[in-house]
Amino acid sequence: MADDGRITHVAGTGVPVRGNDIDTDRIIPARYLREITFETLGPHAFEDERRQLNGKHPFDDARFTGASVLVVNRNFGSGSSREHAPQALMHRGIKAIVGESFAEIFFGNCTTIGIPCLTLPATQIESLQSLIEEAPETALAIDVGSGAITAGQATYQAELPASVREAFVSGEWDALSSLLESGDAISAVHDRLPYISGWPAR
Amino acid sequence: MGHTLLDKVWDAHTVRELPNGQTQLFIGLHLVHEVTSPQAFQMLAERGLSVRYPDLTFATVDHIIPTDGSTRPYVDGMAEQMFVAIEQNIERTGIPFFDRSTGRQGIVHVIGPELGLTQPGMTIACGDSHTSTHGAFGAIAFGIGTSQVRDVLATQTISVAKPRCRRITVNGKLADGVFAKDVILAIIGRLGVQGGVGYAYEYAGDVFDAMSMDERMTVCNMSIEGGARVGYVNPDETAYAYLQGREYAPKGDEFDSARQWWSDVASDADAAYDDQVDIEGESIAPMVTWGVNPGQVLGVDELIPSPESVEGLERRSIEDALDHMKLAPGVPIAGTPIDVAFVGSCTNSRISDLREAARVAEGGQVPAHVKALVVPGSQQVKTEAEAEGLDDIFRAAGFEWRDAGCSMCLAMNPDKLVNDQVCASSSNRNFKGRQGSPLGRTLLMSPAMVAAAAVAGEVTDVRALAAG
Ligand code: SF4
Repeated sequence: MADDGRITHVAGTGVPVRGNDIDTDRIIPARYLREITFETLGPHAFEDERRQLNGKHPFDDARFTGASVLVVNRNFGSGSSREHAPQALMHRGIKAIVGESFAEIFFGNCTTIGIPCLTLPATQIESLQSLIEEAPETALAIDVGSGAITAGQATYQAELPASVREAFVSGEWDALSSLLESGDAISAVHDRLPYISGWPAR
Repeated sequence: MGHTLLDKVWDAHTVRELPNGQTQLFIGLHLVHEVTSPQAFQMLAERGLSVRYPDLTFATVDHIIPTDGSTRPYVDGMAEQMFVAIEQNIERTGIPFFDRSTGRQGIVHVIGPELGLTQPGMTIACGDSHTSTHGAFGAIAFGIGTSQVRDVLATQTISVAKPRCRRITVNGKLADGVFAKDVILAIIGRLGVQGGVGYAYEYAGDVFDAMSMDERMTVCNMSIEGGARVGYVNPDETAYAYLQGREYAPKGDEFDSARQWWSDVASDADAAYDDQVDIEGESIAPMVTWGVNPGQVLGVDELIPSPESVEGLERRSIEDALDHMKLAPGVPIAGTPIDVAFVGSCTNSRISDLREAARVAEGGQVPAHVKALVVPGSQQVKTEAEAEGLDDIFRAAGFEWRDAGCSMCLAMNPDKLVNDQVCASSSNRNFKGRQGSPLGRTLLMSPAMVAAAAVAGEVTDVRALAAG
């Protein structure tokens, strides 16, 4: 990330986590919602699954150590709105996620904290996951502006909604600064809503 | 061409179109609980910002609060720390706070409507995905992440894309023993857990028209389980009657004026929808989930599906779910033994839910090896239930009667499944680990079905009990 917040490229190696409908309870179990800071969450990503798989979860596989691109399947991040889920992934080193599809709140949370979530058709996700599993050292490069992903010799054309792409490329993915700019317009809406400013006499 | 409620509420609350192409949307009511807010207040402080409209945010404690009568300071040091954090943030900002001392504490999605804070035509946000519940009143209500909680505190607005609108019409009549919970589980079973991504769901038709507000809340609550961040029912006489006399609802002449505005905000008869789905009310049976997401659901009289019926990753999902649930394909879900029964959660912890559960539990006896608990959604629900004697019915049948909170819905407090226990639960999520044990197994169903399972010690068709 450049100093001005622009996120135009993500480069690094990948880690595939296979399965449809992986919910945010699985990404970060609720007991970690008791932390009052996000900083400590990284080591706990996928904790319960990792324990059950006894070291066989991709996040425990030494071949994927240091990966920055997570490759997932359908409806990733469903369920709870907990921002703890993308925060845990981010603090673990994930900088971009490529998947077949994402749950809506999760996608928005990722955008707000600066993690682009790009989509590819199921067959291409499958091919990218297999490629990474076979050659974990493969260098991945994501051009956020165009959606082009290169993985070694292979290339993929991923999608990202135009508004979200624009937000990353311009550095405006954290919306707060632009929201703060509309002070007067906010007051105007506040004042015109009858349930706030008072119901008119009949 | 007319407009939907979504269109009208959206327009009324639009501050501007942002450079990122999304809408800057004004949030008329912001609800806060102890778990997803501390980081937001922290971020606000780091940027030197204050709360713009402290009178439009209301706070309570629900997620981590013990329901077994424990008092402060809590034994769980992290829970205690969360309470201290929210109290300090409340004190600094002047946000109204419903803690236990007020008698109005409860699950955030139960108390908002109960206090009359939730009203038609509003935009409502909360750092909690089940904010969709409030759509029962014809509000546009959605869950947000913690950074967006920060945005609402600082600006009373968020950056959000307008969803498309799908009308789900359920006409006809529900059979005896079939409840709002079964309707929404049937919808999710039909459209899938991601079918609603990018959509707001408008629920329409005879079945929703006939429902009480409690029942509409159950339906809207689980919109998010179907992938839809927003779900709503158009406001009508049932909604207005519910609001009349509530603490924060308009009074007298103001109520009449509000009522006009509320009815104007409802979808026009000739409104255009991006998609429409029709379901026959008669076709819905009491539903039970068999898997690890709410879309893995079937009628209580059906057989657990076989992985062979589908291909690819979908087959793997079924195998994985059956493996976790330790259930065999091709056998009836009815008769599955349970260890725990939980009546509670923002989906089904309101007075009418407790009445339905009590009706089934009355005169029965929970077997010794089953732990059964009833956790009212709010202090007010608890008081009302006790006035009706429901607590006595539950206790006599072998249920524990608890204080208000989220409890075993997500098990952040001491109420947790142990090892691979099977829980018949009136909550909304059957995800792996959701109820506090990574190996725990959750079967979602209506409160009446939970009570029936508690008494029988196994999954039971509540219709058989009703008939008998
Ligand atoms: S009852 Fe469950 S779903 Fe509802 S707000 Fe509490 S934890 Fe969330």
